[in-house]
Amino acid sequence: MQAFSALLRRDLSLALRRRDELLLPLFFMMVTVSLFPLGIGPSSDLLARIAPGVIWIAALLATVVSLDSLFRADYEDGSLEQFMVSGQPLPLLVLAKVLAHWLIAGLPVVLLSPLLALWLNLDVQAWWVMMASLALGTPILSLIGAIGVGLTIGLRRGGQLLSLLVFPLYVPVLIIATAAIMAVLDGLPYVPFLGLLLAGLLTSLTLAPFAAAAALKISLS
Amino acid sequence: MAFSNLQILQPDSETQAELPEMLKVSQLSLERYFQPVFQPVDFSLKAGELMVITGANGSGKTTLIRLLAGILTASSGSISSSATSTAYLGHALAIKEDLSALQNLRFVAEFNGGFKTSIELVLRQAGLSRVAHQPARTLSAGQRKRCALARLLLVSAQLWLLDEPYSNLDQEGIELVDELLIQHVSGGGAAIVATHGEHRPQLERQRDLFLLAGFATDE
Repeated sequence: MQAFSALLRRDLSLALRRRDELLLPLFFMMVTVSLFPLGIGPSSDLLARIAPGVIWIAALLATVVSLDSLFRADYEDGSLEQFMVSGQPLPLLVLAKVLAHWLIAGLPVVLLSPLLALWLNLDVQAWWVMMASLALGTPILSLIGAIGVGLTIGLRRGGQLLSLLVFPLYVPVLIIATAAIMAVLDGLPYVPFLGLLLAGLLTSLTLAPFAAAAALKISLS
Repeated sequence: MAFSNLQILQPDSETQAELPEMLKVSQLSLERYFQPVFQPVDFSLKAGELMVITGANGSGKTTLIRLLAGILTASSGSISSSATSTAYLGHALAIKEDLSALQNLRFVAEFNGGFKTSIELVLRQAGLSRVAHQPARTLSAGQRKRCALARLLLVSAQLWLLDEPYSNLDQEGIELVDELLIQHVSGGGAAIVATHGEHRPQLERQRDLFLLAGFATDE
């Protein structure tokens, strides 16, 4: 547990030293979302209708953009080898790194989303559900992404392959999360969708660190 | 197919048989692209012993060390280790460029759950006191190596696996490594050092493993 908190603290303090990496996913997401009204016209009804999908797809892209940095530095400078030799459980360390990654790249997305919802004229009563779906869903993206990063980190063009690997796995999250927001807009019950997201989060929280640790082990050998 | 063989020079004194065995390796080999990197290796290492692995470039020194560290998985053979903790020093030093030497070491100490000695003392021993607060990216290659070596002092591991610990170091640094090894081994630890040979540690209870590349050479 000491290793977990030490690693979490180190990753957060390293991220604060590299603000460009911190802000890049956010700017990426803002730019992506702001392109939609330009591309399809400023019809506020249409924008409000597509807002859940647009915001979520932007969050998905922002996650993939930031994923590569999850293990990259530790892989290149030998820290991962040290983690393996240290005798600490690797899945726990993976979990610390994913948590740090989510706090750096995922949480800002959740906090930024009301601004994007405002841009797209999303109904105010759906904002809380949107934020809840992002708060439950983006950690799933980071956790699944960690498996993909673990598998592709040894490859020279791993980043491109990574997006092909993880996007299909992100599809259920995207469908359920946008369905939750749509349900609010249509006056339907949205709690079951959030429950599904929570179930997905718990599942990936327990399984993904083991899969990612195994993937990293393969990549290192 | 002239597979090269491997020679183990037994230590001179046979009197220290009472020390516990820390590492036993039998018929260990690793294949890459269907070629063995080195011929099957057999040895055992007791507490208080140092083993020096030498060999030409590409003879598998790094591979062997990484196998022993558990980073690589062997194709065949077995490694049984009774060491409760292992320290590994590889070519990649695991130093964060953005953090100072002090911060790097503090992380190592926290990560491993405790301080064996004070970080300041370790930094002084490694000759890094003067640059302790500079970001590691401003340090020279030798200073980085010293910082990585300082980890060994900070965390008490029974088995040290050092891959080219002498590279990039000045004469004083080389003496530092030798001194660390003597301290460690005389304190009941065991160490395996891979080096390509300019400098070798000279210890009493030392054995040598000469690795030759395992793949066929055109002769």
